[in-house]
Amino acid sequence: MARAVTPQRKALNTAIAALIGALIFFPIFWTVLTSFKTETQAIADPPVWFAFDWTLENYTAVNQRSDYLLHFWNSVVISVGSTLLGLMIAVPAAWAMAFVPGRRTKDILMWMLSTKMLPSVGVLVPIYLLFRQLGLLDTRMGLVIVLTLINLPIIIWMLYTYFREIPGEILEAARMDGASLREEVTHVLLPMAVPGMASTVLLNIILAWNEAFWTLNLTAAKAAPLTAFIASYSSPEGLFYAKLSAASTMAIAPILIMGWFSQKQLVRGLTFGAVK
Amino acid sequence: MGQITLKKVRKAFGDVEVIPPLDLQINDGEFVVFVGPSGCGKSTLLRLIAGLEDVSSGEIEIDGRPSAELPPAKRGLAMVFQSYALYPHMSVRKNIAFPMKMAKISQDEQNRRIEAAASALNLTEYLDRKPGQLSGGQRQRVAIGRAIVREPAAFLFDEPLSNLDAALRVGMRLEISELHKRLATTMIYVTHDQIEAMTMADKIVVLRAGRIEQVGAPLELYENPRNIFVAGFIGSPRMNFIEGPEAARHNAHTIGIRPEHIDVSATEGDWQGRIGVAEHLGSDTYFHIHDTGLAETVTVRASGEVTLRHGETVFLTPQAEKIHRFDNEGLKQ
Repeated sequence: MARAVTPQRKALNTAIAALIGALIFFPIFWTVLTSFKTETQAIADPPVWFAFDWTLENYTAVNQRSDYLLHFWNSVVISVGSTLLGLMIAVPAAWAMAFVPGRRTKDILMWMLSTKMLPSVGVLVPIYLLFRQLGLLDTRMGLVIVLTLINLPIIIWMLYTYFREIPGEILEAARMDGASLREEVTHVLLPMAVPGMASTVLLNIILAWNEAFWTLNLTAAKAAPLTAFIASYSSPEGLFYAKLSAASTMAIAPILIMGWFSQKQLVRGLTFGAVK
Repeated sequence: MGQITLKKVRKAFGDVEVIPPLDLQINDGEFVVFVGPSGCGKSTLLRLIAGLEDVSSGEIEIDGRPSAELPPAKRGLAMVFQSYALYPHMSVRKNIAFPMKMAKISQDEQNRRIEAAASALNLTEYLDRKPGQLSGGQRQRVAIGRAIVREPAAFLFDEPLSNLDAALRVGMRLEISELHKRLATTMIYVTHDQIEAMTMADKIVVLRAGRIEQVGAPLELYENPRNIFVAGFIGSPRMNFIEGPEAARHNAHTIGIRPEHIDVSATEGDWQGRIGVAEHLGSDTYFHIHDTGLAETVTVRASGEVTLRHGETVFLTPQAEKIHRFDNEGLKQ
């Protein structure tokens, strides 16, 4: 139903939205800005806005001290790897739950979600010991496994929601047309679920990219992704704000750019099924 | 070939038996319509034949081959769904080609069959469109095209016309009937619309609560219904049922008389009543007569030229040889 919105009201709404947007974006903006300051300017009081000597020395220092590319590559492998592995498990699981639900399907879904409410630190020691036993500590494989398991409930939930929107008759038609189960999934179900799949993949890459608890606790040097790379700059001694900001900027830039280009897809996927 | 035999086919969901053991013979080339009110099990029966549901017990033979355990694709049947069930991400051409692609038919043969089906169904100019860009009738034709190219032993239709508007429905009804004449392939067609059943079928199977009430040619069911249910379900407007002394006079518990078998007169007749609603269709007029003392309403079909109006008193005379007599169990005497 159309409602009358006065131009003033519209302007006010726009202003409020812009303000909230600015508030949310401000920390990122300030981080990027700080990364171009000297350490002294970074902690100056009152803060300096734009009138400072722009410098790239923090970036140089960070690159000299650590191997950005290695961490970047670790982040890519871990986030993409855990997402792909997660999809391989989640697609069949979500298919089963959406199209051949049993009496306990709803319960299983809730139970899976409940694992997300468990404080991670509660299982840190057992997982650490397991990883040590299996030789998975500080390996990318180990992180791929643990992040897959952590994000699996979310992937399954999202795919389940998208799959449920797909009429069962279309899959039955494929079955009548001679498609095997695998062909039914690859030729009909997945292409129809592309928007949902895309946002699931994007969201999961972002979550895995930003995951810090497990990446910090289970890696040392070899498999450390960008989160561990940032953390290594928060040392308690000396001036470090500007370098930390430079490291943070470098760590968030790839995912920020990816998010920027895929925001339309992401929003569409996340609100898919919400409005019927 | 497309001969389908159901032997003691039974379906239960948990403790609920939706189809008690049932036998049915469908001959090659027949157009068989399953008809019945919603929830009578007609769609379930079709899905059992298709293999989309598993039988709880019993056997389904397709051309003499036991098929109850076969997956849908191995039964050699093609199905047209109520929602059309087209693949929205594929063009019309790819939709029609899909079953052939699954069957690994050569590309040349695929193209030949697609062209043939498209020209038969007037789809040639739409081959490169997506289903979303087509009207309901065109989508239904694509669904039929997808079924034809498989060259199935039998076609299964699950209420294919119920999503179309009335005018289109009549057109598609004729198209499907013509298709049947041309292909001479067995067709099983599910509908709740008895007009579709009457106009299209070689053989009608009337179902109620999973049981077959009667099987027969359309006119056979119309003229000789086995019980009150079939008598009331087949024919439009519905047959009038009269109980009480008037039925007793005919030595029956209930008598049934179709609206078209009652003569109406302004001056004389066996029964007297007052016109409630008169529905003028042009060619015919349906009078709903009240206050006859026989039933709440007696429906009469008269020629469109009869000029009686609301509130007028009329006299009705049933055609004696057209009266159906039923016993107290509803069976025809």
